[in-house]
Amino acid sequence: MGKRTLVPIGPYHPLLEEPEFFKLYCDGEIVKEVVWETGYNHRSIEKICESKTFEQVFYVVERICGICSTSHPFAYANAVESIPGVDVPIRAKYIRTIIGELERIHSHLLWVGLAGHFLGYNTVFMWAWKYREPVLDMFEIITGNRNSYAMFTIGGVRRDIKEEQYPQLEKLLDEFKPKLDLITGAVMDDPVLHARLKGVGVLTAEDIHDFGAVGPVARASGVDIDVRRDDPYAAYDMVDWKVITAQAGDVFAKAEVRLLELYESISIIRQCIEGLKKEKGGEIKAKVKEIPPGIGIGRAEAPRGEVFHFVKSDGSNSPVRHKVRAPSFTCIPTFRRSCVGGTIADAAISLAAVDPCYCCTERMAQVYNYSTGKRIMNAAELIKLSQKRTEEFKTKFLKG
Amino acid sequence: MGLKEKCFKKSLWLFHFSAGSCNNCDIEILDCLTPKFDVERFGMKLVGSVRHADVILVTGIVTRKTRERLKEIYKQAPKPVVIVAIGACACTGGIFASGYNFDGPVDKVVPVNAYIPGCPPKPEAMLAGIMKLLNKI
Repeated sequence: MGKRTLVPIGPYHPLLEEPEFFKLYCDGEIVKEVVWETGYNHRSIEKICESKTFEQVFYVVERICGICSTSHPFAYANAVESIPGVDVPIRAKYIRTIIGELERIHSHLLWVGLAGHFLGYNTVFMWAWKYREPVLDMFEIITGNRNSYAMFTIGGVRRDIKEEQYPQLEKLLDEFKPKLDLITGAVMDDPVLHARLKGVGVLTAEDIHDFGAVGPVARASGVDIDVRRDDPYAAYDMVDWKVITAQAGDVFAKAEVRLLELYESISIIRQCIEGLKKEKGGEIKAKVKEIPPGIGIGRAEAPRGEVFHFVKSDGSNSPVRHKVRAPSFTCIPTFRRSCVGGTIADAAISLAAVDPCYCCTERMAQVYNYSTGKRIMNAAELIKLSQKRTEEFKTKFLKG
Repeated sequence: MGLKEKCFKKSLWLFHFSAGSCNNCDIEILDCLTPKFDVERFGMKLVGSVRHADVILVTGIVTRKTRERLKEIYKQAPKPVVIVAIGACACTGGIFASGYNFDGPVDKVVPVNAYIPGCPPKPEAMLAGIMKLLNKI
């Protein structure tokens, strides 16, 4: 092992929005190892959820992450509704899908802008964020807030999309399409970006399987997974769309997948508006009296990949255990393959390419006795316990 | 003219400190920079180091791990410096106040000059808040 230099990035660094700490161990220009330190943003959300009622948890999980603030309630709704087996009205399904896809548009545009910013291509940053504004305005018209929408509830949605809002929504999509063409053109046809991004931060399909990465990161490496198609929820099995994949696995392929997904989102929203027109005057909320004891599992495809929520109920009005796994949790460790062996200059964009969201991912793995302050279990012991429990579940449920 | 008036008379440089936020306020702060709101017309811009900053924008609850960092950042900032708590979490702790990792709202750790509540506050509200504060100084 030769001499290594430590290049610290963070925890407060101009490039980073959120507090997180990367240690790049370098030999000359080449990154040899990446260590990621976290925990700055941990807000004990899972524990807070256990003290709230099932209805209130929606507003907590919405604030796990401000960018994908519909995907968490989406997955949580799927999880809770799977316990009593609620039939969500069709109109509510369409509204949920519209909100989810609008969010995908705003989140992917945000990523394109930030990626441009990381490359020093601030024109793309300004363009993408400028054209993101009408989407946020649309959210304000429909839901009353720009970022945290509070649309979801158990059994449906809280607010209807009114008939006079359909033309506004269609107008937004009509106006957005040429702007998306402009941004896509600016990224895809730019020889400078081709030269800068192709072959940088490559992840092969094997790497994706090793780390269990999900979402656009996996799809850009040719791994064809998408919860919206594989395990359809809301209205995704009622509309016509296709999963976008690319083969190269580099940063350019990730940008390509995200940009082309936006076209699919536009098409999904258009079909949902048609569906809403057919479902005129339909119910938007099914009546749910109580959540019986049981275990609920919910999945949803966030802009960054699969969000997983686990809810355990004992028949009372609040969850006994609530577990969240955000897509960034599996996407972030892929840094170890994409950054290592590249130069320091490529590290930033390789890190940014998976669209990491640290506030989704923050977790703590220790068990303390609160009154004595004594540590009962540490991370390694918890992992062991988790593996043991998984084996138990496997023998219990997978036998037949 | 006192030192304070002299310091804050010209273009303000902002430093953004995310203590333990959900990204919501952070992207709204970035939104202020983009063409629709364009905070740079007031001469304000985000800077990379707190040593260049006149204003520190703090978002999110202060967690146990960021508490010491916030104090350190405040120590490094050239005085006089103005601290603005942005969002419900920074002002009071908001929805996360009952969590075990919550270590007080921002004003328990460093002196805060202005509070901009909201979850998240709109970019207009942030602009209005900072302008109001400037006129008061």
